[in-house]
Amino acid sequence: MSSSKHSSSQLRVGDSPLVKWLLIGLTLFLTAILLVVPLIAIFQQAFVEGAAHYFNSLIEADTLHAIGLTLVVAALTVPINLVFGVMLAWAVTRFEFPGRKILMTLMDIPFAVSPVVAGLLYLLLYGNNGWIGSWLYDHDIQLMFAWPGIVMVTVFVTCPFVARELIPLMQQQGREDEEAAVILGASGWQLFRRVTLPNIKWALIYGVILTNARAVGEFGAVSVVSGNIRGETNTLPLHVQLQYEDYQAAAAFASASLLAMIALLTLLLKAFIEWRQERSLKIEAEKERQVTQ
Amino acid sequence: MSILIENISKHFGQFQALSPLSLDINEGEMIGLLGPSGSGKTTLLRIIAGLEGADTGRIQFGDRDVTNLHVRDRRVGFVFQNYALFRHMTVADNVAFGLEVLPRKERPSPTEIKNRVMHLLEMVQLEHLASRFPSQLSGGQKQRIALARALATQPEVLLLDEPFGALDAKVRKELRRWLRGLHDELGFTSVFVTHDQEEALELSDRVVVMSNGHIEQIDQPGALYASPNSRFVFDFLGNANVFEGKLENGKWQNLQANIVLPNGAEQKDGQLYIRSHEFFVSKEATAQANLPLRVIAINPIGAEVRLELTPIDWHSNDVWEIDLPHKAFDKNCFEKGQTLYVTPKAGYFFAHDAQQPVLLNWETEKVQVTEQA
Repeated sequence: MSSSKHSSSQLRVGDSPLVKWLLIGLTLFLTAILLVVPLIAIFQQAFVEGAAHYFNSLIEADTLHAIGLTLVVAALTVPINLVFGVMLAWAVTRFEFPGRKILMTLMDIPFAVSPVVAGLLYLLLYGNNGWIGSWLYDHDIQLMFAWPGIVMVTVFVTCPFVARELIPLMQQQGREDEEAAVILGASGWQLFRRVTLPNIKWALIYGVILTNARAVGEFGAVSVVSGNIRGETNTLPLHVQLQYEDYQAAAAFASASLLAMIALLTLLLKAFIEWRQERSLKIEAEKERQVTQ
Repeated sequence: MSILIENISKHFGQFQALSPLSLDINEGEMIGLLGPSGSGKTTLLRIIAGLEGADTGRIQFGDRDVTNLHVRDRRVGFVFQNYALFRHMTVADNVAFGLEVLPRKERPSPTEIKNRVMHLLEMVQLEHLASRFPSQLSGGQKQRIALARALATQPEVLLLDEPFGALDAKVRKELRRWLRGLHDELGFTSVFVTHDQEEALELSDRVVVMSNGHIEQIDQPGALYASPNSRFVFDFLGNANVFEGKLENGKWQNLQANIVLPNGAEQKDGQLYIRSHEFFVSKEATAQANLPLRVIAINPIGAEVRLELTPIDWHSNDVWEIDLPHKAFDKNCFEKGQTLYVTPKAGYFFAHDAQQPVLLNWETEKVQVTEQA
């Protein structure tokens, strides 16, 4: 009796068992109906007509093409934004220049603006009647309603991920390491490869994973510029919608299940990298503790 | 290698970090740049290294003009305040870095690099830590590794930014002595930045005192202490107490307190700077001075006892500090809250219209007689 009194007197505000379990219960319930059940439903629906039908619908020509196009888009987007993100992060953390603060704000536009708006903007600019598009049309270059357009909007939508991961880390690490390396005679490339890159490695990989996940799953912007030509400009997310509209529910869910699996894989990788990062920090802390003892 | 600094200035936006200043550093000399934060000492060091560009002026290493030479090609050794060791490399890799990034033609062979690294680690007495990572080292060890790394390419100029700032007092003292030994043995030219006057005075051949982006005084430590040439240097270089006096009948008067002018003093108003150990302390006013003070704190510091005092019936901007040998303190048994009188033995007088001080001495025998009475 006295011990329970003792422990209840130690509780902070909002720590009463009722509040605690109510919050935990509500969170778990919402997680279940909002996240877990739909995820299970995707796979359940995909297999509703049996495993054979599932695999058959995946190897259908249009589906295979959609998978291929999606992979190509990701394979082009990720390197472009990797380079761009590193450059952007380097520029804003290592140099002082007029407009630096504005640039850091502008960088988030792709997150702030609806992807559909982004798609429309590109359509207006690069479409056959657009400012740049009409010139391109005269030179027989088509970007919109073709795969280059899809890559362009995907690059736009995913461009902040890498820089967003790198900037806080590079700000925190400062430029002293790089200054030390230059004083010791390192060239620009030696500096980047031997000093900067090892320091930002994990954050960079994390940024790439997020970029990839978004590039594979992007729907809104892509749907505006793709023209939805089956077997030509259909990415996997667009293909899911097309199949569903064609009353091929099981096939649509089969394609959707691929996207879901990519998402799960991304989460797994993300967890692994966070674990790696945490572990290396822990090892460092442990080593430091040993030294001081 | 000698370093010539001529008319160097630097702006950061609106802020004038360095007014045009010049400085000659002789070959093999060890120079301490001393000043409070914001005095421009680190900026000057970074300009010498080439990490910052100067707005005007030029820099010469020996006969070579390096003003427009890239940091990479200046080949100076630089030790950062926080060491800036590469955290993902072992101690040995850190030290080897400067050798491994050399152009292929100049780069020693891998075995040669290995030998040189081991030799450097022996020099800093840390060869047993070669395969450790920086996070496994203590502050003093990191400092020595940073130094070994800076010396790996055998620079003729070594620059150090607050080299002992982050270390505890004992390690700092040990490393200071060790650095001085290394400097004398290897014969490079060193410039280091510090805000610690004791460090600057102990370590340097000459001290450069800086404030607000310009040089206040350049002198050998002894000369600097004996003849500071401005109020700033005096304030910065050591616990001086300031008495603001108005000339009245051969005395400097400050409300109820006064000090008799010694022989040879200028008949002017001004400020008298008196170092904390240049006092006689008594329980009564003396013929030389009437400076009543109340004891507010008593701190034993090493060989001396430091009294903190506030003026009674006269004005001073700061608390006065007076250092007494234990013997003198024990004899008098001062207590907190007690009133006592002090009499200066020597002091520096800045007439209100003068930039340079005059050294004054009171006739000490007379004071002693009164004290014993």
